[in-house]
Amino acid sequence: MAIMDKHQKLERHSLLLTVGILVVVAIGGLVEIAPLFYLENTIEKVQGMRPYTPLELKGRNIYIREGCYTCHSQMVRPLRDEVERYGHYSLAAESMYDHPFQWGSKRTGPDLARVGGKYSDEWHLDHLKDPKSVVPDSIMPPYAFLAKKRLKYDDIEDHLKALRLAGVPYTDDMIANAKADLVAQASPNADFDAEDALVARYTEASGREGTVKISDFDHNPQAVTEMDALIAYLQMTGTLVDFSTYEANDLSNRR
Amino acid sequence: MNTRADISRGAGPGFSIGTVSTLTGLVALGVLIIAGNAADPMMAAHAWTFFFLTVLGLLITGLWAGSLNGRNPFDPAIYEDTIVKFGVAASMFWGIAGFLVGVIIALQLTFPNIFYFPDLGWTNFGRLRPLHTSAVIFAFGGNVLIATSFYVVQRTCRTRLAGGMWPWFVFWGYNLFIVVAGTGYLLGVTQSKEYAEPEWYADLWLTIVWVAYLLVFLGTLWKRKEPHIYVANWFYLSFIVTIAMLHIVNNLAIPVSLTGSKSYQLFAGVQDALTQWWYGHNAVGFFLTTGFLAIMYYFIPKQVNRPVYSYRLSIVHFWSLIFIYIWAGPHHLHYTALPQWAQTLGMVFSVMLWMPSWGGMINGVMTLSGAWDKLRTDPIVRMMIVALAFYGMSTFEGPLMSVRAVNALSHYTEWGIAHVHSGSMGWVGFISFGALYCVTPWLWKRKALYSKALVEWHFWLATLGILFYIVAMYVAGITEGLMWRAYNEFGFLEYAFIETVKAKHIMYMIRVAGGLLYLTGALLMAYNLVRTALGHGAAGEAAAPDAPKTATPALQPAE
Repeated sequence: MAIMDKHQKLERHSLLLTVGILVVVAIGGLVEIAPLFYLENTIEKVQGMRPYTPLELKGRNIYIREGCYTCHSQMVRPLRDEVERYGHYSLAAESMYDHPFQWGSKRTGPDLARVGGKYSDEWHLDHLKDPKSVVPDSIMPPYAFLAKKRLKYDDIEDHLKALRLAGVPYTDDMIANAKADLVAQASPNADFDAEDALVARYTEASGREGTVKISDFDHNPQAVTEMDALIAYLQMTGTLVDFSTYEANDLSNRR
Repeated sequence: MNTRADISRGAGPGFSIGTVSTLTGLVALGVLIIAGNAADPMMAAHAWTFFFLTVLGLLITGLWAGSLNGRNPFDPAIYEDTIVKFGVAASMFWGIAGFLVGVIIALQLTFPNIFYFPDLGWTNFGRLRPLHTSAVIFAFGGNVLIATSFYVVQRTCRTRLAGGMWPWFVFWGYNLFIVVAGTGYLLGVTQSKEYAEPEWYADLWLTIVWVAYLLVFLGTLWKRKEPHIYVANWFYLSFIVTIAMLHIVNNLAIPVSLTGSKSYQLFAGVQDALTQWWYGHNAVGFFLTTGFLAIMYYFIPKQVNRPVYSYRLSIVHFWSLIFIYIWAGPHHLHYTALPQWAQTLGMVFSVMLWMPSWGGMINGVMTLSGAWDKLRTDPIVRMMIVALAFYGMSTFEGPLMSVRAVNALSHYTEWGIAHVHSGSMGWVGFISFGALYCVTPWLWKRKALYSKALVEWHFWLATLGILFYIVAMYVAGITEGLMWRAYNEFGFLEYAFIETVKAKHIMYMIRVAGGLLYLTGALLMAYNLVRTALGHGAAGEAAAPDAPKTATPALQPAE
């Protein structure tokens, strides 16, 4: 076959072969990934999404650090049993500020996309310290050390700035007050002005009341620990979008 | 160092030693600055690790270069085989380490009580799992690929590796990356992107190493003494080029600070997810497939002393494989928030991928035409052919699982774990073992392996281990998948999640047994290879009359 004879050219010229390979392997990714950045219906129109508060962000980083994603997905699929077990199926909009995404690939433990608000802070605290204390057959490892580690947040402004560079709409106000916001969210009844300011800032971003939860998540008023941050994050997952106003069948949301 | 002979050749050995040392010195200086200003203890630990290891590298290079006495260490008349020997040793070391961590995390899931350390975060599954995956894929697989590609490209181009000292930079630089990645997981340094967990600075370092690797490989092709580039080298080249593309795009990130370990991914949510699985699936496609197909294309014909079955099939399956593979990523995101058009594209291309995959398998297996008896007599050949059988099996299973309806059941379950392990232990593991068994006596100029019986033992232990492993995980995966979606007669979900965890306990125990068998096989292999290198047993016997492999005709009539 003539076309096979032409292949000799590639076999004799390493640069031609290299360029040929590069072109052939570039096509698929370009066609599949590039449109996701400009097709408007890639991300649904929803109400309620806001950037993570500094404490939630720190908690999310602990979630990543400990490799929670190796056993827990954060993606409820639109299948009957999953919607009944976990709640409304996940929307692309719900991870629009997630750098990186945490959809996961394995459920050795249950999905956590909507674990927020499902259990009390105390339950999470007991469960993270010793999972078997609340789920006797659990095979999850213990995370008691988180309650003993003070949260490091000297550089929290830099984290918000880096995320703003990546496209998360943190305002100057949010960055300037990041430290105060972080402490306020884990210290109820300590500084009411700071709490109000935190709630106002992130409620305005969300456009929806009640998305910021202030609590002494680890029941240790002496310190803001890594446990505070992780529970703050877990308690808000999947709670931002207002599903009462979400129109699943609207054309712009059907994908 | 610069003798007159060196200068007359333009870029003599001193030149490459000088450039490698300069780059290493600059890196050492850079990391020293970072070490002094580290924003967090993890970065400090890694900067010092980098610093000490690069300085150690410089010291050893200096002592070695000083002891040369004008001898050209990169004599173009002979092959660079020492680096391949180092690669064989590194592969074996990392392989055993990776399998061992695999057994440990399998034990953790089976008997969580015996590994229950509330105050030791680094012992938890979440930190050890990336250690296992990176150790087996990048440390074991990567070293096998670097070592064999350096061996094969020299033989098939009939010339010494290009770049003088640079191949050594690639080898040590890559292994430094492995050390930084692995210790990072234990310290909690991770981007959380599966198979791309290392943070931005390790990624940058790997990029430098990888570009050097590409240049060494291309440089060797450029000075080849054969008019044609052998088929194995197409596959190695596509592996090196594509991994570079995937690695750079998937790791685009913004560091919080240049002296800190944490970074944030440039992309978010759905875009980040597809970029990740475009990378993740093609890490399988180009790291664990085309790289090891290159091994198949060199080592199977060589060991059975037959030509590759079909040259045309090689061309067709090479280009179709690399074109189609890239599209298959979205099948990791079925029923997620990824737009359905992308899911459908991913599914269609995944099904199409079945054909080029089997084209490669057929080309490898049929190479035995006229030498089928070797399956019986040569356990190394059997190992490589069984590798292809596993390759065929998992590349049939992959398209099956990429069908949305099947994926609804299989995704998130142990079925996925079974699938990757039949591919990785069966295909990647066995073809690598085969190549290492081939290349060790060749490199150390031994008549044969120390013990053929030990290879038989390895083969059967590992095969049995894989079967235990994958059967257990298929049963566990389908069980939990069905339990998750089971309804009782009142229309409620039948099982709580924890009941589906409990149901897998026995299967987890069988998996541990399978992993232990596989690990035992690898230990036997390491022992066998060390004794072979030392020239013990059959390896040291006087050459038989028909001895030198190269003396037998490369091509024989089929009948």
